[in-house]
Amino acid sequence: MALKIVKGSIDRMFDKNLQDLVRGIRNHKEDEAKYISTCIDEIKQELKQDNIAVKANAVCKLTYLQMLGYDVSWAAFNIVEVMSSSKFTYKRIGYLAASQCFHEGTDVIMLTTNQIRKDLSSPNQYDTGVALTGLSCFVTPDLARDLANDIMTLMSHTKPYIRKKAVLIMYKVFLKYPESLRPAFPRLKEKLEDPDPGVQSAAVNVICELARRNPKNYLSLAPLFFKLMTSSTNNWVLIKIIKLFGALTPLEPRLGKKLIEPLTNLIHSTSAMSLLYECVNTVIAVLISLSSGMPNHSASIQLCVQKLRILIEDSDQNLKYLGLLAMSKILKTHPKSVQSHKDLILQCLDDKDESIRLRALDLLYGMVSKKNLMEIVKKLMLHVDKAEGTTYRDELLTKIIDICSQSNFQYITNFEWYISILVELTRLEGTRHGHLIASQMLDVAIRVKAIRGFAVAQMATLLDNAHLLTGNTQRNGICEVLYAAAWICGEFSEHLEDPMQTLEAMLRPKVATLPGHIQAVYVQNAAKLFATVLRKHDGETESQAAQETSQLLIDRLPLFVQSANLEVQERASCILQLVKYIQKLQQKNVEVAEEVTALFAGELNPVAPKAQKKVPIPEGLDLDAWINEPPSGSESEDEKPKAVFAKEEPKHSRSRHTEVDEKELARRREVRKQEQASNPFYIKASPSSQKVYDAPGVEHIPVVQIDLSVPLKVPGMPMSDQYLKLEEERRQKEKAERKKKEKKKKREKRGKERKADSGPESEEDITPAHQVDIVTEEMPENALPSDDDDKDPNDPHKALDIDLDKPLADSDKLPVRTHRPEVLKSPAEDRDGESVPQETKKKSGKEKKKDKEKDRKRSKEEKKKKKKPKEVEEELLESQPEEAVQSEETKEAAAPPTSTSAEASDLDFWLSSAPVPPAAQEVTAPSSSAAAVDTSSAAAPESEPDEPKDTEPEDTKSSKHKKKKQKKEKEEKEKKKKKRHHHHHQHHGDAGGEDSVQNGTVEEEEPLPPMSNYSLLAENSYIKMVYDIQGNHQDESKVVVSVIFENKSDSFLKAMEFNVLDSLNSKLQRPEGAGAHDSLTVPFQLPPGVSNEARFVFSVQSIVMPQKLKGTLTFIVKSDESSTHEKLDFKLHFTCTSYLITTPCYSDAYAKLLESGDLKGSSLRLEGINMPFHHLLARICFHHHFSVVERIDSCASMYSRSIQGHHVCLLVKTSDQTVSIDAKCDEPSLLGNVLDEIKQTFSKC
Amino acid sequence: PIKHAEHFSNHLSNIQNTRTEDTEQQIIRETFHLVSKRDENICNFLEGGLLIGGSDNKLIYRHYATLYFVFCVDSSESELGILDLIQVLVETLDKCFENVCELDLIFHVDKVHNILAEMVMGGMVLETNMSEIITQVEAQGKMEKSEAGITGAPARAVSAVKNMNLPEMPKNINIGDISIKVPNLPSFK
Repeated sequence: MALKIVKGSIDRMFDKNLQDLVRGIRNHKEDEAKYISTCIDEIKQELKQDNIAVKANAVCKLTYLQMLGYDVSWAAFNIVEVMSSSKFTYKRIGYLAASQCFHEGTDVIMLTTNQIRKDLSSPNQYDTGVALTGLSCFVTPDLARDLANDIMTLMSHTKPYIRKKAVLIMYKVFLKYPESLRPAFPRLKEKLEDPDPGVQSAAVNVICELARRNPKNYLSLAPLFFKLMTSSTNNWVLIKIIKLFGALTPLEPRLGKKLIEPLTNLIHSTSAMSLLYECVNTVIAVLISLSSGMPNHSASIQLCVQKLRILIEDSDQNLKYLGLLAMSKILKTHPKSVQSHKDLILQCLDDKDESIRLRALDLLYGMVSKKNLMEIVKKLMLHVDKAEGTTYRDELLTKIIDICSQSNFQYITNFEWYISILVELTRLEGTRHGHLIASQMLDVAIRVKAIRGFAVAQMATLLDNAHLLTGNTQRNGICEVLYAAAWICGEFSEHLEDPMQTLEAMLRPKVATLPGHIQAVYVQNAAKLFATVLRKHDGETESQAAQETSQLLIDRLPLFVQSANLEVQERASCILQLVKYIQKLQQKNVEVAEEVTALFAGELNPVAPKAQKKVPIPEGLDLDAWINEPPSGSESEDEKPKAVFAKEEPKHSRSRHTEVDEKELARRREVRKQEQASNPFYIKASPSSQKVYDAPGVEHIPVVQIDLSVPLKVPGMPMSDQYLKLEEERRQKEKAERKKKEKKKKREKRGKERKADSGPESEEDITPAHQVDIVTEEMPENALPSDDDDKDPNDPHKALDIDLDKPLADSDKLPVRTHRPEVLKSPAEDRDGESVPQETKKKSGKEKKKDKEKDRKRSKEEKKKKKKPKEVEEELLESQPEEAVQSEETKEAAAPPTSTSAEASDLDFWLSSAPVPPAAQEVTAPSSSAAAVDTSSAAAPESEPDEPKDTEPEDTKSSKHKKKKQKKEKEEKEKKKKKRHHHHHQHHGDAGGEDSVQNGTVEEEEPLPPMSNYSLLAENSYIKMVYDIQGNHQDESKVVVSVIFENKSDSFLKAMEFNVLDSLNSKLQRPEGAGAHDSLTVPFQLPPGVSNEARFVFSVQSIVMPQKLKGTLTFIVKSDESSTHEKLDFKLHFTCTSYLITTPCYSDAYAKLLESGDLKGSSLRLEGINMPFHHLLARICFHHHFSVVERIDSCASMYSRSIQGHHVCLLVKTSDQTVSIDAKCDEPSLLGNVLDEIKQTFSKC
Repeated sequence: PIKHAEHFSNHLSNIQNTRTEDTEQQIIRETFHLVSKRDENICNFLEGGLLIGGSDNKLIYRHYATLYFVFCVDSSESELGILDLIQVLVETLDKCFENVCELDLIFHVDKVHNILAEMVMGGMVLETNMSEIITQVEAQGKMEKSEAGITGAPARAVSAVKNMNLPEMPKNINIGDISIKVPNLPSFK
């Protein structure tokens, strides 16, 4: 037995491993399929073994075969087996196989949930890592729902390696399980400031990806990202953030203004092309969003264009390509700045790289003007001749047509030229775009009346030379143009010089080889031509010509009557009979011309593509309402069997008109007639179709006769060139004429003229060669302007359009396995659970909308509320003893509400670079959310007296509810609202002085007195400086001092220079090359009353002691009459607190830290503190950068970290106006100083 | 995000969106067809066709000797950034395989996958710092070795024997000098 096992395992050593498989496949090139099928048989044998090593080896080979395209889904269960091996080696093989082979339909995925959960919580970080990586590839909605909470916990793992993977995978989880976004978002946001750059980068990555799809929900994060952008040095992160800003600026132009400067700085400073390119891109996006031109922005555009030109001129094709790509974005808003680089773009058309040529073509599209259109198109026509591959040539062709036809032929001044371009294009062999040229010809001929004569002549020539075009009909798409030619010649036959000749050309036997739909047009238009010929010879008695024509038709049409194409056959036989009849009449000398012409009377007008959709529904018309009352029950039963045959919905049944009396019918007819009269879609008896829709402002364009002595077509020579010459001459002439005229004219008139023409510079000098009435497309009267851009309903990101600023409700939590301790339970939930369960249960989908509205109201009320912080504070003092137990998770659940409402105003504050109002300041501080937590929990009990009153009537109501219909529920709701309102008034009476609190809103109040982290630096009669010092986890030896300069005087302050006397320990960072004592120029000037913020970076070595640095600000005060040089001394106080950074810490990690014994203790007692405990905590959080780890009654643990990684832990207890703080830190002198500073903070108040 | 990454001649493909094997193969064939016929010295971007998911997507590739590294990304990724990422990938492979050559990648597809997994996860860039990637890859390699322990030794011996004289051993693989030269591009980080 034992021997058997040994023998087995030795045999197994000779199993093929992956390398053997690969080698084998390479050696069996001729019979690969056969070899692989024997290998798969071997693998199947191996999978039957009990030995996990053998199985893993087999699965490893399967993964490779899957990559080669073999189906291995049959081994899915074996893959799961290997995944659940305890050995990392095999586990990794299993997960790799799963990530390659599993997809949403794989049923064994259900079995993996517990295994994955086990691996996620494995003590070995690589087990966790491998599970996360695998999961990212095959996560399903079920897995996402079941594992979201586990993954969220991993986001705070101690190992950055796990944290970054957990953060990244959250994106996939959100996509599959959108409900997880709101509960997980606060922690995700937290990770933006993770000390590990990798984790931070992952968080940026995820949020950027989310924000790209639904930018408006992420606007409130802009300040945070802005901070990251100005502090980060990781190019990957920077690129992501800058790309994100590009998506945000269209929503908030103020953001753009704020971005321009740092972005331009980056453009100037960075050496990484990728970063430069993204900066340029975002600057462009900003400039687009700031459509109202600010004068100094032309500099930014110039900078961008200039940088892009460098990219395009680079020999690196990649840069060239991207440069062109970005250029096309600028083009949309600032065409002039791009147009000056026309030479460069045209040069790119010669590039050997097709991608680049195509990009250049795109650019040309936007660069044309009336002035240069002909020239550009001429160049393009040259390229068409040179182009080798048909694909590129076809691309050129479409681009030429796009360029010319854009915005209603806006740039075409000479339509004869355009027609000849189109005619030239028909000579392209083998193009697929015949129909495109044809539709252009039709479009121009129909819409530009003045050109019809010319067009018809050209088309007649085309028809005459049709044999040139139809050389090889089958492959040739170009014969489509004959369709247009025939129609134009027929429709506008009155312009034909010799209709007889054209008619003859259209009835040649060779026509029968054309595609059916073209023949049909030929036949129909032959009839029109026939009518024209008849009319021409009208009045001539016994006209030979007219009779000859009839005979021609009678001779030739039978060919078409035999056509296999139904359409052709039908038309031909119809017309043939008609002509025969006419011939009879002719022989009797009856005048027929007029009657025949009447067959084709009338004119077609173009209708806009969306016209039908845009017809507004007239007021009072309800399309869903019954026209007649629906029949009674018995009748409708009779009706039903009919519906089986007629699929029409009963709503539309028209069978009931009979019951209406005659009078009513007459009245309706009248109404209908009137309606039709004003409806453009009804063809009326009156020739309203003659109406011409002139393009605005065309009437006064002078008409110049073109010299037609030039032959219209020189065979074999491109003739559009001649128009170019002619056009130039014409413009010259015109200019000269205008000059003459201008001398006579007064200036006012000229001004008017300019207004009428909106083209780019000197465009107004160019006038169209002949009267163009570009017939605009018809639109129904009072059409709705709405342009519905349809979004893809299948986009998974649609589900992620979730308002993240909305406070978290108790329904927003991740599902937790029940046998686990309920981590997310919070006192707030408990309370809600007891008092208002029926309300949450009742909420149906429809009502959610209402909730949103409520929220909006709520936030409004909050704002009101903020104005009366004192009153609230009083309230809070009363309620304080009832405080509930608060766990760490409450913080997560409750923090977002306050911080978000704060963020909205925060964003506004941040975006307006106005002086810092203290109230807003309070919310900008990073610790505010922690502070807010306590207040919210403290505020909660206050709402309790309110609730019982409220819930009681609701209880009884809800039972009634169920019986009532949905319709009535609405009313009910409103009633309830009123009731509640009533209650609230009662409450108002009881509590007194509180008038805007509504049930449920109180939790989000911010009753803390306004706090500011900015402290006074120095002040004199001209200027006031306040400052704040902030550390940064990324760099342990740097702090940033933000100084707000406020101009208090009536004069202009400029040339401000900031200097500090460095100490050995702390040094101001000066630009390279500057001396150690040089001062820094403040990068702005201050008009009277304005304030602005500048940041200065200091390097510090030791952070255990506070330090003061002396410094001076010098500046020039400039008033109307004089200017003086002033100076202000100050002392910068680097407290130890300023080296601390608010760092969240979870209670388990905190406990471990305290147990480790590396920390040294110290303590502090504060007497006579007369403030609520949560205020006290909030102050410590805010002023000293701590975060609350856990809080139980009047005892709280707090945590912070220094920029150099020292842990600082506090245990704060309070009883009877005495606060004791026990503190631990790995650096005793730092701790001592921090405690001193805390003491000082409280002695002030 | 990155939709898929692949490199040819050894056919490693890592397709992040789940599709059937057939479309996967079709994508790879199409991509190979598109990329391989492009000349040297033209730009390394290819705009999206229908197969790779429409116009928002781009193929971004780099060409080293006989190898093509192709990434398919959407507009949220920076084009030049991805080129740098490919460079990082190749440099990392070079370090992990000690002077990487084509055959390394062909015979150790799993290892290449594991390295890629440290850089890109679920289509999102996970890590771009080469030393961090190498540290993690090596740490996992070490774990694997320690797990193999004694039982691993005979297996290694066997594979050495196999390499020596088994008939499958290719007789004339002409490796030439296809070892990848990693050009010194301006470093990105």
